[in-house]
Amino acid sequence: MEKLIANFNYVIVVILMMIGLWAMLAQKNLIKKCIGMAIFQTGIILFFISIGAKNEAKVPILSKSVVENSSAIIVNDYGNPLTQILMLTAIVVGVATLGVGLALAQKIYQQHSSFDEDEILENQRK
Amino acid sequence: MTVQLPIVIILGPLLGAVLAAFTGWFRPRLSHPLVVIGLAISFAAALKLVFIVADAGAQKYWLGGWGPKQGHGVVGIQITVDYLNTLLLAAVSGIALLTSVYTRRLVDTELAGRQRYFYALFSLLVTGLLGITITGDIFNLYVFMEIAALSSYALIAYGRGRAYMAAFNYLIMGTMGACLYLLGVGFIFAKSGTLNIDDVSAIIPALRQSQALFVGFVLILLGAWAKMAFFPFHGWLPNAYAHAPTASAAILAPLATKVAVYTMLRIMFTVYSIDYIIHSPGIQSLALYLSSLAIVIASFFSLTQTNLKKLASYFVLSEIGYMVGGAWLANKPGLTGAMVHVVADAAMTSALFMAIGCIVYRLGQAQLDDLKGVFFKMPVTMAAFVVTMAALIGVPPTCGFFSKWYLIQGAAQAGVWHFIAALLLSSLVKAIILFRIIEIGYNRVPHPAIEGNPAIPRNEAPLSMLIPTVAMSLGLIALGLATNTLVNTIIANAVPTALTQ
Repeated sequence: MEKLIANFNYVIVVILMMIGLWAMLAQKNLIKKCIGMAIFQTGIILFFISIGAKNEAKVPILSKSVVENSSAIIVNDYGNPLTQILMLTAIVVGVATLGVGLALAQKIYQQHSSFDEDEILENQRK
Repeated sequence: MTVQLPIVIILGPLLGAVLAAFTGWFRPRLSHPLVVIGLAISFAAALKLVFIVADAGAQKYWLGGWGPKQGHGVVGIQITVDYLNTLLLAAVSGIALLTSVYTRRLVDTELAGRQRYFYALFSLLVTGLLGITITGDIFNLYVFMEIAALSSYALIAYGRGRAYMAAFNYLIMGTMGACLYLLGVGFIFAKSGTLNIDDVSAIIPALRQSQALFVGFVLILLGAWAKMAFFPFHGWLPNAYAHAPTASAAILAPLATKVAVYTMLRIMFTVYSIDYIIHSPGIQSLALYLSSLAIVIASFFSLTQTNLKKLASYFVLSEIGYMVGGAWLANKPGLTGAMVHVVADAAMTSALFMAIGCIVYRLGQAQLDDLKGVFFKMPVTMAAFVVTMAALIGVPPTCGFFSKWYLIQGAAQAGVWHFIAALLLSSLVKAIILFRIIEIGYNRVPHPAIEGNPAIPRNEAPLSMLIPTVAMSLGLIALGLATNTLVNTIIANAVPTALTQ
C-alpha cells in the first residue's frame, strides 16, 4: 500500500491509459474515440515525465556561475531533460494525429449525419 | 562522399515532398518530376550502400556530427545501414521509385486537381518508411513511424466514400500500436538510460532478470503487431486498402506492413537478443500459433472475396503470418526465410497491386465478374499478373519459392508442423484463386480465335503503367535467381551468431 502511495503518479498513468484504451475500443461514438486517443497519449506523456523526475531536483539548465564555481556537477540535483524533450515531440505527434482524426470524423459526419459507428455501418450497407 | 550516403537516402524523398507541395502552388506540373527525382537519388544511394555493406560491413552515421565524445555519453541520433536493413532500404526506395512513375496516369484520372498533395504525401510516406528502416535510435523510430502513419491515413482517405471510415479505423488502430510502442520505449529507457540501439543492446544482457524490460518487450511487440495488421489486430487492413485510391494502395500495400515487420525483427534480434526469444517459450509458441491462424484465416477469407483489391489485401494479411512465424521460429533457416520474405513480399505485393491497378484503369472496377475476356483485352498485364501470382504461390524460380523453402526448412527444424501446414494451405488457396481468375478471364467469353466468334479488341494499359508492371514482375524472377547470392553475402551475416553455431 505504501508503495502505491509513493508511486501514485504511476497509478494515475495506468488509470488514464485504461480509460483511453476503453474509449478507443469500446465506444461507438467517433468523437469519443478521438477523446480516448488523446487521454491514452496523455497517460504516456505522464509516464515519461514521471521516469525523468527526481525528488527536489532543479531545472537542468546550468548557469555560467555554477559551471565555473563548483568543482563537480551532481547529476542527481537535476531533473532528466531527455524525457521532457521526447514528450515535446510526442505531444506534437499527438496533436497532429488528433487533428487528422477529427478531420476524418467531420468528413464522415458530412456523409452520414452521424458520429455513431453502428449507424454509419448501417448507412454504408444500403 | 560515401560517408554521407545514409542520410541522402532519407533526404531525397523528404526534400521531394517539401518541394512538391510548394512548387505545386504555381507550377502543379512540376510536383511529379520533383518527387521522382528525389526517389531516384534515394534509390541510387541505397543501391550503392548495398554494395558497400556487402564489402565492408555496417555503416554508421551520426546526424550533425553529434557522435560520442570522450567522457560524454551518446547525445546524437545515429543512423545505421547494416546487413539487416540494407536490402530492405534498396527495396523500399526502388519500389517507391517504380510506383511513383507508375501512378502518374492513375492519379491524373482518380485524383484530378489534387495531384500535388498526393505526391507530397506519397514522398513523405516513403521518407517515413525509409526512416524507420534506417534509424539507429528507438525513439527516432517512433517519430518516423508516425510520419509514415499520418501520411498513409491521408492517402487512404483520398478514396472518399467508405474510405473515410476505413481510414478512421486505421487511425485508431495505428495510433494504439504506436502508443504501445512508445510505452515500451519508455520501459527500455527507464531501465537502460539510453535510446541508441547499439547502446541498449549492449546493456540489456546485464539486465536479463528485469521484469520492466520484459514488459517493454511485450508492449513493443504488441505495438508492432497492431501496426503490421497481424492477427488478431488485422481488422482495419482489408477495408483500408480496398477503399483507398488504387494509386495509394499501390504504394501502401507493399511497403507499410513490411516495414512494420522489419521493426519487429530489429527489436527482437538487435535491441533484445535471441536469448530473450528462446527464454520466453510462452510468447514464442503463442506467436507461432497466431501466425498459422493468421495465414489460415486470411486464406479462408480470400476465397470468399469478389473484389480483386480486397482479395489482394487478404493476401497481404496471410503473407504477414509467414514473416512473423519465420522470425519466431528463432532458428537460422526460419529467420533467413523471414528476412528474404520481407524483401520478396514487398516486390510481389507491389507487382500484384500494379497489375490490379492496370486492370482497374481500363475496366473501371475490379470485381471478379468484370474480368471476363480480360486475357484477350490486356494480354501483357495479365501475363505479369500470372507471373506475380505464381510467385505468391511459390513456383520456382520466382522469389516466392525460395523464401517459402527457407521457412518450411526452419519450421521442420523447429518441429512446428502446424506452420508448415498453414504455408502449404495458403499456397493451395492462392493457386485456386489464380485458376478461378484464369477461368473467368478466358472461358466466360466465346474464344475470339474460333471463327464466327466476335473479336475482342486489345485495350492494354498505357505504357507508363505497363512498363513498371512488367519490370516488377520480371524483377520477381530476377530476385528469385539472385536469392542465393543475397543470402550468402548479406542476409547470412544478419542472422545472430548465436544461431549459426
